[in-house]
Amino acid sequence: MIRFILLVNKDGQSRLSRYYYNIVGEDRQNLERDVISKCLLRSKKECSFLEYQNMMLIYRRYMSLFFIVGVGGDENELSILEFIQNLVETFDRYFNDVITMNVEKAYMILDEMVLNGHILETSKNRVLAPIYATEKN
Amino acid sequence: MPIPMRLKELIRLIRSCKTAAEERAAVNKECALIRTTFKEEDNEFRCRNVAKLLYIHMLGYPAHFGQLECLKLIASNRFMDKRIGYLGAMLLLDERQDVHILITNSLKNDMNNSTQFIVGLALCTLGSICSPEMSRDLANEVEKLLKSANAYIKKKAALCATRMVHKVPELSEIFIPVTRSLLNEKNHGVLLTAVALITEICIVKPDTMPHFRRWTPQLIRLLKNLIMAGYAPDHDVSGISDPFLQIRILNLLRILGKEDQECSEAMNDILAQVATNTESSHNAGNAVLYQTVQCIMDIKAESGLRVLAVNIMGRFLLNSDKNIRYVALKTLQKTINIDSTAVQRHRNTIIDCLKDHDISIRKRAMELSFALINGSNVKSMIKELLDFLNRADHEFKAFVTLGIFQAAVKYAPDKKWQLDTILQMLKGGGSYVNDEVVASSIHAISEARDLYAYITQQLYSTLFADISKQPLAQVAIWSIGEYGDLFVAGAIEEGSHKINEDEVLDLLQSVLNDSITSFITRAFTINALMKLSTRFPKSASRIKEIVARYANSVDLEVQQRSVEYLALFKNYDSLRPGLLERMPCINRGDKAEATVTADATSSDAIPIATVSTGGGQASDLLDLLGDSLPPTQPLQPQNNNTATSDILSGNNPSVGGNALLDLLTSSEDSLMQPISTNPAPPKIAPLNVYDKHGLRIDFNFEKASNDANNVVQMILNATNSTSFPFTDFVFQAAVPRSFQLQILAPSGAVIPANNSGSITQVLKVSNPNKQNIRMRIKISFNVNGNTIQDQGEINNFPAECN
Repeated sequence: MIRFILLVNKDGQSRLSRYYYNIVGEDRQNLERDVISKCLLRSKKECSFLEYQNMMLIYRRYMSLFFIVGVGGDENELSILEFIQNLVETFDRYFNDVITMNVEKAYMILDEMVLNGHILETSKNRVLAPIYATEKN
Repeated sequence: MPIPMRLKELIRLIRSCKTAAEERAAVNKECALIRTTFKEEDNEFRCRNVAKLLYIHMLGYPAHFGQLECLKLIASNRFMDKRIGYLGAMLLLDERQDVHILITNSLKNDMNNSTQFIVGLALCTLGSICSPEMSRDLANEVEKLLKSANAYIKKKAALCATRMVHKVPELSEIFIPVTRSLLNEKNHGVLLTAVALITEICIVKPDTMPHFRRWTPQLIRLLKNLIMAGYAPDHDVSGISDPFLQIRILNLLRILGKEDQECSEAMNDILAQVATNTESSHNAGNAVLYQTVQCIMDIKAESGLRVLAVNIMGRFLLNSDKNIRYVALKTLQKTINIDSTAVQRHRNTIIDCLKDHDISIRKRAMELSFALINGSNVKSMIKELLDFLNRADHEFKAFVTLGIFQAAVKYAPDKKWQLDTILQMLKGGGSYVNDEVVASSIHAISEARDLYAYITQQLYSTLFADISKQPLAQVAIWSIGEYGDLFVAGAIEEGSHKINEDEVLDLLQSVLNDSITSFITRAFTINALMKLSTRFPKSASRIKEIVARYANSVDLEVQQRSVEYLALFKNYDSLRPGLLERMPCINRGDKAEATVTADATSSDAIPIATVSTGGGQASDLLDLLGDSLPPTQPLQPQNNNTATSDILSGNNPSVGGNALLDLLTSSEDSLMQPISTNPAPPKIAPLNVYDKHGLRIDFNFEKASNDANNVVQMILNATNSTSFPFTDFVFQAAVPRSFQLQILAPSGAVIPANNSGSITQVLKVSNPNKQNIRMRIKISFNVNGNTIQDQGEINNFPAECN
């Protein structure tokens, strides 16, 4: 299952963070700092997977944004890469420009795609339909 | 009161701050404004303020004062309010807080709402944060929603149910009947989540698997339709039809087929079909192939299918994409146990991966390489691995040295090669070589009877070149001490000049004088010098003088030895030759390298940790081994000295087997603390209190039937089912004030891998008021270069404990 999803810019600042397990305060800060520094230091030639404590970190860079997903257990790493791609495309379609996204809406879109650490819906149309529908009201 | 700013403006404001202090000031100011607005019970801007608070929380600032506001938003009728309120609940609340129980009622109402989006919100929140109590309360509601006609609601309800069965496995019974119809759906979202739910139920309640195995044909049909289907625009990724669903179904099939022959046979065809038909030009296809291979490896597949799987992985290994190569190495590691010949074919590629730029790939290649070593390829593999050791990152060196050593011991074609390899390993490993490996190297050397002079000469030259690496120094010094006479008298190699006694003593003295040398190495050196005092009779007085210098040493062990050896010189000189004779070949226990028998008659260089409960008991023990040396004092604890702390550590009640204590007779039971002295204590069932990351901790209980303080003794047993040992294991516990807790020293700090050993520790809880015992535990350990810490609470002690 997915443990967390982090979006950071190339300076290491969090743009979006979502955790699917209980982690609070100090622990969360430390985790984020650790994970972000490890991923940002990787070069282009290295693979997208990093083992961290008991989790696997899977990350991808899109322009100036890093998408980092932490997974536990036997998750298929390549499928998470596909998921990240899916996530980026969905955000792209809605925001037209992933950099300046509205955090509230981003959370809502994410909630249409992942629930309790499991992937919920992968079709971009089906994910965005409820968002558009509730905006009209 | 000015109108609170929008979230966008806040984000812009914070991003424009140039320093952390500036940001903190801006955030604090905004928080103060928000707090004031909350106090004024303003309905209009609550939504906006909570949204800002969530952003502030994401940045890492405290935001708990917004929790109640979220509740108010949830109770509102406006959709936007509810949405932010539920989002806030998911981000700010977790099941450890009491506040979240207050939303149970709102959730229940909203789940019955006529608007699907509101139902969706409630399900999303419930599925993210529900506690066991909430799960029990609302499971029936969720089950009802699973039967709804609306696919949007169904899929969310299914994932909500996964959390509920994870928290309360018994609730699976409620959901199993409805899963049947879910698999007949056409909607991919529903299928995806239904398979996730079934998978979760299988994991938390394995006894339901026979039931789900009956649906294997249906799952296979689903998979087949996906592969054969034409272009499905909604879920297509690079030409593969819904790879996410395919992967999930394959995962479920893997779990169902794992232990079951019949089920595995049923899937053979479809697995072969997926493996051969899936396009591997894009990542999506490779992801499906990867999952298929994992499935094949875990079930009871026929050999043809396995060969197909290994071939796919072989192809992956040659792929230019690093991610694919990494995944291949990882899978092959799992495969090696099942079918090592197939993996051997790819040995050369794997060895090349040792030189890869990427540390993740190097790590996997390293682990896989060790698994590939066998009798026929050991020489070439070790050559590559020694080369790797010299270039390796620090975090790998300990693992590599251990691996090389084990391989050298297991597969060495001849003794000389083995000793050469050990020497190379010590040189390459530097200071990262484990103490156990040092001890075992010494053992290996002592076994090579014809090669004493040779190996001592090699070690001497290496030590001469560099005295700073402690593991190498210790082995070299031991060898010099033991076989120095053979070395000096023996043949010269490679035209170097003949070493005489004085040069040997010079070297040892330089080790003692060097400030880098650790106390343990100094202890080794003093022992070696003493042995040489009999081997080099002409130099006895010089040695006596060197040893005397350490009679004032700061380190207790060094000082002790020095003083005792001086006494040996002065008063018991006649005993010296007999005591310092050449050691017989060290006998090992049948356990793995960890323990070395403390033959106390020889001045064994390995420090002995004795019982601190009384010097008298220690000397009883030493008398048993026929030694007349005065008892040595307890030694300062060293971190990695698990080998030695196992020896004579009668202070630690080792319930698990201890090779040394096996040697001793049962009369030594008095050294061990009595585990149970009462006749017929009440039998209490053991309790598993922790089971994560491969670490399993069980408590066994013992209780005296007549005890004023109502003390219950808990014996902790910690095991490790992963393939890496856990080191520096520390267990801490705390109890409420009405109890008293006494924690005794553990049997060790290392838990060997693959359930091959355990750590035991005794806890005593005094419960004079006969209340229900509760305990908070905190564990930490190192595995594979990472530190894992965790804590938890135990509330489910058996009633007989109280």
